[in-house]
Amino acid sequence: MSQLLTVAKPRRNTELLLIIVALGMSAMANALVNLNLGRNFDNDFYTQIAILGGLALVFHIVLRLKAKYADPVILPLVIALNGVGLAVIHRLDITSGDSAATRQWMWTSLAVVAAITVIWFLRDHRILRRYTYISLLISVVLLILPLVPGLSAGSVNGATVWISIGPFTFQPGEIAKITLAVFFAGYLSSNRDLILLAGKKIGPLQLPRTRDLAPMIVAWLASVGVLVFQRDLGSSILFFGLFMVMIYVATSRVSWILIGVGLIVVGGTAAYQIFPHVARRIDVWVNAFDPEYIGAAFGSFQVVEGLFGLANGGLFGTGLGQGTSDKLPVANSDMIIAVIGEELGLIGLFAILCLYALLVARGFRAALGTRDAFGKLLAVGLSFAVALQCFIIIGGVTRLIPLTGLTTPFLAAGGSSLLANWIIVALILKISDAARRPIDVSTADNSKPTNDQPLKEVPSP
Amino acid sequence: MNQAIRNSWIVAVALFALLFGAVSYVQFFAVDSLNTNPQNNRQLLANFCSNRGPILVDGKAIAESVASGTDCKFQRSYNEPELYAGLTGFFSKFSGQYGLEAAMRDELTGNTDAALFDRISQVFTGAQQQGRSVELTIDSTIQKMAYDMIPDNVGGSIVVMNPKTGAIIAMVSKPSYDTNLFATHDAAAFNASMKELVDRDEISLAGSSAYTGLYAPGSVFKIIDTAAALESGKYNKDSILPNPAELTFSGMSYALPNYANGQCYTKDKATFAFALENSCNTPFASIALDLGQDAMTAEAEKFGFNDTSLKFPDRVATSRFPGSEGTLDDAALAQSAIGQRDVLATPLQIAMMTAAIANGGQQMAPNLVQTIRTPDLKTVSSLTPEVLRQSTSPEVAAQITDWMVSVVDNGIASAAAVPGVKVAGKTGTAELGLDESGVMLNNAWFTGFAPADDPQVVVSIVMPKVDVATGAQLTSPNASNLIKAVLNK
Repeated sequence: MSQLLTVAKPRRNTELLLIIVALGMSAMANALVNLNLGRNFDNDFYTQIAILGGLALVFHIVLRLKAKYADPVILPLVIALNGVGLAVIHRLDITSGDSAATRQWMWTSLAVVAAITVIWFLRDHRILRRYTYISLLISVVLLILPLVPGLSAGSVNGATVWISIGPFTFQPGEIAKITLAVFFAGYLSSNRDLILLAGKKIGPLQLPRTRDLAPMIVAWLASVGVLVFQRDLGSSILFFGLFMVMIYVATSRVSWILIGVGLIVVGGTAAYQIFPHVARRIDVWVNAFDPEYIGAAFGSFQVVEGLFGLANGGLFGTGLGQGTSDKLPVANSDMIIAVIGEELGLIGLFAILCLYALLVARGFRAALGTRDAFGKLLAVGLSFAVALQCFIIIGGVTRLIPLTGLTTPFLAAGGSSLLANWIIVALILKISDAARRPIDVSTADNSKPTNDQPLKEVPSP
Repeated sequence: MNQAIRNSWIVAVALFALLFGAVSYVQFFAVDSLNTNPQNNRQLLANFCSNRGPILVDGKAIAESVASGTDCKFQRSYNEPELYAGLTGFFSKFSGQYGLEAAMRDELTGNTDAALFDRISQVFTGAQQQGRSVELTIDSTIQKMAYDMIPDNVGGSIVVMNPKTGAIIAMVSKPSYDTNLFATHDAAAFNASMKELVDRDEISLAGSSAYTGLYAPGSVFKIIDTAAALESGKYNKDSILPNPAELTFSGMSYALPNYANGQCYTKDKATFAFALENSCNTPFASIALDLGQDAMTAEAEKFGFNDTSLKFPDRVATSRFPGSEGTLDDAALAQSAIGQRDVLATPLQIAMMTAAIANGGQQMAPNLVQTIRTPDLKTVSSLTPEVLRQSTSPEVAAQITDWMVSVVDNGIASAAAVPGVKVAGKTGTAELGLDESGVMLNNAWFTGFAPADDPQVVVSIVMPKVDVATGAQLTSPNASNLIKAVLNK
């Protein structure tokens, strides 16, 4: 680990510079939308730049004050993504007459404020470890909420994942992503030695004791429950992936991955057999170009039209505001990648993918750098969740895998997703701050002997 | 733990690598197949509103894109739509494209591989993509003249072509329709027009009946019989052919009668000249029975029958001689030899057959397109005559030409004569059956060329479902006038 301990520098000025670049990118995207769709540079245009710039600046200053050593690249990456998303949603509003951009501005502000709050009040990410089991409880409650009569917003596009409170709708599963990660990180960091060493050994497989495993099974059941009761295949896969990667990082045992893959195969086959909506997804994916499937309800119209749009964009794209994908259902959320791909071309989509890959890379960097097992697990879990979420939705839009409804982090219209992802960013920033901060022996939490200090790298048995 | 984090990072990188791959595939490698997917109407909509190149005849646009002043920037507009409907086809937002609009779509939209450089420069200059202009080989005067020769109540076709180049000088058919009704941007209007058109099954959207309509050729097919006979070596110009009043077949009650309207009944033996001049049936049926099915089929195919791949540039319907599909009994072979039974030909096929005789046995590929020009009038390509196939030897062609001249000079095509010009011709009367009032309906044909010693023009006319007198009136005299008009140009 010693190679990671380079001379600690805050690099906040680098961050400021990158933020200006990101804001410029966002402003230019907005300007292009206005130009190409014959809109003037009215007050809204300047107000919006001012709002995003203001939010970024406040966040930056809070980082200077509260997380001086936080990774300087993460915030600019996220601002760039969020800014481009806002521009594209604005562009879709213009041709559809919707006002999703206004809502997205509101949610962006709220999400940034929430993230700033996390940075400001969460003195140390390890504090979260105290709430391991409360996180599990919250996760379960959040996941059950959409099924509660009176709160449930009913089935939207076949999935029951929304709740409605007054005029607002919210997807509690997005927040559950974070609380589940906190639970897994807390539980695994406390019990990894027990899981690793206690229990029977059968052949090459070290089996954990049942009572060590029970909470994990509860968590796993949660993800299966999401699939069964809420019919949300995307979130289910996301939770399961999160669970797998965290248990692997905690134990370093490939055998666990094999068990997990086995579970996926068994679960997937069972789901395909038992649940018609899962089988339907696969059928639609395989036969996407069959006119019968294109025309059918819950058919492949969306993905096929998205692909046609992407092809229409080609290498260079049609230019913002000049594409044909604006007529797609859920163009500004699930299908926003198709719109961006068509209008900004392969080049633009590569740029977006690079932004995501960098974001994930910085998250993993924080995981490697931080010194406590809880922080490592949380950072890996959250970063991997972002990567997996990108994979599931972008892979779905490009027909690499069956399309399931997940939001594209930071880009897609949707308040819950924005809020959750900004909080994830705040947590990763906090962990990266801990990772890059010079070791200070006077830190209260560090002085306590806890078993989340990596004892030593245990040589793999 | 860190090693496991690094391994997980590798998995995350792999996920992103897959995404980079998937995006590249969709937006680069699969672009063509996605863009041309039949379920994808983006290209059509984009093309539909784009400035498509004009189709020109004698320098005048018969199809052009005019500014529409709406979101859909250009409206396709046809001039003299009925006269040219069979050639241009139309370009519809709702049902796709037909005729030359379909066959020349890449040139008209500027989407050819050859135009790739233009398109790349458009990416940088922001210029609107513009299609190329397509100038046809059609002569507007002859086209109009031929069109007016077909009575509105008779669905006929006329093909006028140059036997030496394959260039189509005129190609008309009736009934026709107004292509502008289908180029409309208004879905309701389009549907109404389409409904009306579908009810009239004698109109083909696939293009003029002159190249999509299939008709029993009747006696014009005897040209191929004659070529087969002379090529076989069993017959020569002095051969005496049997000419019985009817041909009977063992084990069948059917008898093939001789042609009733000429002088056939006067002789029971005939020379080729006599048999052709009077269009006697039994001599040619006998030749076919003598040479056999394979030789007859081979000869028909040498003149272009059963060719499934001909384009000019729109696809030409396949003319059929049935011999390649199974064994024909004697009666069937005999009837096929006189262009009846299952023998079917497009008027263009008959013109091509005639052109092969006119051009010393060499059949030229038919073509409608004279030149393709870029918007700045640079010529991209122009018609280069192409030999399609060697149909017969120059000697056989010369011999048949002589006999066809005597068909006009001394035989039943005398109305096709043009003073001072040697016209070679052959008529055909394919019997279709009796109508309700007991009148025999025929496909009345004339095909011929002139001048016989230096052929400049081939004229093929078919008037389907007419009685003998009407047929005679509408074919040979019209051919004479068309030949005159072309030669006086």
